[in-house]
Amino acid sequence: MGMTITEKILASHAGKDVVEAGEIIDARLDLTLANDITAPLSLEEFDKVGAKKVFDSEKVVFVLDHFTPNKDIPSAENCKLIREFSRKYGITHVYDGGACGIEHALLPEEGLVVPGDVVIGADSHTCTYGALGAFSTGVGSTDLTYGMVTGRNWFKVPESIKFHCYGKWQRWVTGKDLVLYVIGMIGVDGALYASMEYTGEAISALSMDSRFAIANMAIEAGAKNGIFKVDEKTLAYVKDRVQRPYTVFESDDDAKYREIFEIDAGKIGLKVACPSLPSNVKDVEELKGIHVDQVVIGSCTNGRLEDLAMAAEILRGKKVASDTRCIVIPATPKIYLEAMRRGYLETFVEARCIVSPPTCGPCLGGHMGILAKGEKAIATTNRNFVGRMGHPESEVYLAGPAVAAASAVKGSISHPLEVA
Amino acid sequence: MKLKGRVWKFGDNIDTDVIIPARYLASTDPRVLGEHCMEPLNPTFAKKVKTGDIIVGGANFGCGSSREHAPIAISALGIPLIISKSFARIFYRNAFNKGLALLEADIVNEVDEGEEIEVDVTTGVIKLKTREVIAKPIPPFMVELINEGGLINYLRKKLEDHQ
Ligand code: SF4
Repeated sequence: MGMTITEKILASHAGKDVVEAGEIIDARLDLTLANDITAPLSLEEFDKVGAKKVFDSEKVVFVLDHFTPNKDIPSAENCKLIREFSRKYGITHVYDGGACGIEHALLPEEGLVVPGDVVIGADSHTCTYGALGAFSTGVGSTDLTYGMVTGRNWFKVPESIKFHCYGKWQRWVTGKDLVLYVIGMIGVDGALYASMEYTGEAISALSMDSRFAIANMAIEAGAKNGIFKVDEKTLAYVKDRVQRPYTVFESDDDAKYREIFEIDAGKIGLKVACPSLPSNVKDVEELKGIHVDQVVIGSCTNGRLEDLAMAAEILRGKKVASDTRCIVIPATPKIYLEAMRRGYLETFVEARCIVSPPTCGPCLGGHMGILAKGEKAIATTNRNFVGRMGHPESEVYLAGPAVAAASAVKGSISHPLEVA
Repeated sequence: MKLKGRVWKFGDNIDTDVIIPARYLASTDPRVLGEHCMEPLNPTFAKKVKTGDIIVGGANFGCGSSREHAPIAISALGIPLIISKSFARIFYRNAFNKGLALLEADIVNEVDEGEEIEVDVTTGVIKLKTREVIAKPIPPFMVELINEGGLINYLRKKLEDHQ
């Protein structure tokens, strides 16, 4: 019996030739990640267990992206704690101040994750790096402490579900629409404990930015990881960024899957997830006219260059509707710079958008765009749970960048064709 | 381990944003986190809950973020156990790592809010008004981990042996 890409990566890190779904393994880690919310708990435990060092000071990453630039005194204290810890233990990869970007956009861009890696992060969207053909998954702070100290952790090998996509994409449709479609189809626990593997010609046709968005939202279907086949686009992406050698793994033809879905890309239109579950998915046409008080274009799902390019194309020469705020958040300093060079930021400011520094900000209701009671937002983020962006009685709709930008112009949920 | 407690009922897909909203995550103090537990769904929950009470939920309890603040907030209120139809995977790991017991059983439609139930966490036997339900067994690996006193104790011992 053959193995899936996920099984092969896990086997190689557990020092085994073969692993099977359901098996518990002890695996070597290539990288661990924590942010300004989750690291403090980990560091408390690090001290409690009496650890003297981290397993490898170049493989432990901290990104201070959630409540930064610090929104209040407690969050400033948390960041200070992480900086002090990093100095004490010689941690090389600490992203802070102007070097900081949203972690899951930043790590691949900085070349810190390579195909074939096993990565854990104390953040549920760590599954994003599956776009590079790596196994990466979110854990809690305690599991992270264990990983930071020992360079290992235990995993239950997940079953795999295959999403095979064929056909041609429609105009404006991106990876976000596919992943919303999939979550709408299988539900928020449709891939509980499993691996979501994407293959097929329509997937090869997608940009890396779109693949990151898809892998990012694997957790929204309850999955352990999302994963993609490594192709020329993946190799081109890692070529200029990555220093470490890497191994490319590929699923065998006779690998075992719990389920296989065949998806015709041509049938997928622009999708929106309605409050208050990411699986509450409708076509944008069904929601036209719903007023939005705020639009957020950013996050580890859709704050990359392709997303900003699409939003700029729609917003160029137009203005955000007068009773709507639009916040644009380039996910990393590099994306910010490139968006500036290409004139996107100018377009956004001229259209009366607010351009924010890279931060998680409003995505988790942290700061920089909190909703009041009864307000509605459409966002390119990944979660729309009750109270996610502010008041428990505010509501969030999730969409891709084209729908978000068009909705900003109209002041209500809109298809890009309506503002063209 | 045998427990007896009053039931607090919750539905499907109880996510970590309602267990503890992100705006409170700048704190790692269990007391502060406990005060805001379940606030978006039930603002008086933290005040009314008593030590020993048990949460009963539906499918996919604990979905969403990896924040360990979620099981910490629940434990801080003195809740020793959650019984739910199923759990999100990161929450499942975190709860056991933090010493909060979880049992998988679909009983939410068979219990009333405030009703007292008796549970043997070791055997998974749950005594309801009309019948007994046996929860899905906790995976042997998890039991081993609990017997070691959780992941952090296990790590501490490992480091002590080493030094
Ligand atoms: S952008 Fe949102 S989902 Fe992504 S890491 Fe930040 S808070 Fe989490």
